[in-house]
Amino acid sequence: MEYINIIFLEVYKILFLLVPVLVSVAMIVWLDRRVWAFVQKRQGPNVVGPFGLLQSLADALKYIFKEIIIPASSNKVIFILAPIITMTLALIAWAVIPFGENHVLANINVGILYIFAVSSLGVYGIIMGGWASNSKYPFLGSIRSAAQMVSYEVSIGIIIINVLLCVGSLNLSDIVMAQNDIWFVIPLFPMFVIFFISALAETNRPPFDLPEAEAELVAGYQTEYSGMMYAMFWLGEYANILLMCALGSILFLGGWLSPIDLYPFDLIPGAIWFIFKILLLFILFALVKAIVPRYRYDQLMRLGWKIFLPLSLIYVVLTSSYLFYFNLLPTI
Amino acid sequence: MIAHSIFFYFFSVVAIVSAIMVTASKNTVHSVFFLILDFISISCLFIMIGAEFLGMIMLIVYVGAVAVLFLFVVMMLNVAQQKNQWFASESSSSHIPIGLIISGIIFFELIIVIGGWKFKPDLANSIGLAINTEITNTHSLGQVLYTDYIHIFQISGMILLISMIGAIVLTYREREGIKKQSYIKQISRERSEGVEVLEVTSNKGVKIDD
Repeated sequence: MEYINIIFLEVYKILFLLVPVLVSVAMIVWLDRRVWAFVQKRQGPNVVGPFGLLQSLADALKYIFKEIIIPASSNKVIFILAPIITMTLALIAWAVIPFGENHVLANINVGILYIFAVSSLGVYGIIMGGWASNSKYPFLGSIRSAAQMVSYEVSIGIIIINVLLCVGSLNLSDIVMAQNDIWFVIPLFPMFVIFFISALAETNRPPFDLPEAEAELVAGYQTEYSGMMYAMFWLGEYANILLMCALGSILFLGGWLSPIDLYPFDLIPGAIWFIFKILLLFILFALVKAIVPRYRYDQLMRLGWKIFLPLSLIYVVLTSSYLFYFNLLPTI
Repeated sequence: MIAHSIFFYFFSVVAIVSAIMVTASKNTVHSVFFLILDFISISCLFIMIGAEFLGMIMLIVYVGAVAVLFLFVVMMLNVAQQKNQWFASESSSSHIPIGLIISGIIFFELIIVIGGWKFKPDLANSIGLAINTEITNTHSLGQVLYTDYIHIFQISGMILLISMIGAIVLTYREREGIKKQSYIKQISRERSEGVEVLEVTSNKGVKIDD
């Protein structure tokens, strides 16, 4: 009986986390399209519901009722597994994201490594989808994306090391609490910029959306997908983008901490600040999508390996020597 | 405790079954996917015995990077055909005896390891380093690696660096006659050197490329 209670409590907590995440993914797609439209002086989706807010819902309904086409020459098991893996991995990473001082589903002490591991697994959904389709465009797209994600993971990892040097713990709540005095975006500003660009590349967002470059590869690894399976790829992609925004705000923008620690602002709960910061980063993501043209593949690789990797390594040396010289290294 | 053992047996069974499937499955790409499943379940086992840092690093390094490279190679080189050739034709089966010898050695070593379990209680008592449960195992690993074993740690880092440089030197070749783009050249191009405005007289045309 005790076990059943525990299981019910956990399931309730998980639902309480996942349902808002899924709803906000749908809303964020709408926001993305609106921002994109406003930059280009268009209206964007504005018909379904107030301000077009229900557009994503209408899209989802359309995807559900469409026929799922599985190519005859595809590897069926892996073909079906690929979107499921993408979406599952995008959602399980949210388990360790802290929304407040104690508002976290799993407060594990290697939280940042967990997120890093899960986001590095994300590449498998794309590779599997591209390979199982047994077609040229998806395969080329998945090969490109595998190389791209592996390269940019390296620089994200080293940026995370920079932050960890200042914190002395792998726990996400500790990382936020260490920014009580000053957010890491100020001392580590170059790292924040590099993290933002690497996050764009890691989530296959424009200007680094080479895996699905429609001019060359039709839709990359998603070419053969239709209906609900396409929608799952799409949901997973946006959940990953939101996750990267959340990670950015935890690492650099002080997570749930309020920017002004004075009386009227104290009353606003931390989760609101956190969501506000995620939205801010997401609007930046959307603006970049609208403004910057797509990179060429060799430029992308050059940026990752020849510029970001040396820069972030130099910054690790700088940060650690600064902390060591001024005796600021965190104690256990 | 019951939940713990349920999870333990679940992950162990998945690990063993997928390890068998790595060798048993006909499709090479499937083999790599089973290998990935094996890595994941083993890292879950690491996490279950409290070595969460090791488990996560295993996920990041092996599943996130090494297995991706395996998958790359297997997908690009069409290894499936090769494998079938070895087993089908009689002439080029020299790989099989070598494989048998290696697997025999590994099997023998496994028997020794299992035999060594008899002495496990003695071994557990003779562990040189006391386990401190108050700090996380990331901290304790760091404290051991960067103090007592700093030289071994640095030497292994040097070996990795040298092997990386070696791999680059072995695969790098300067190719003649390919067009390379210089970013500085592209950016510093001015209008005056790229564009020329000419008065074109009728029926004469313009001479370009001279």
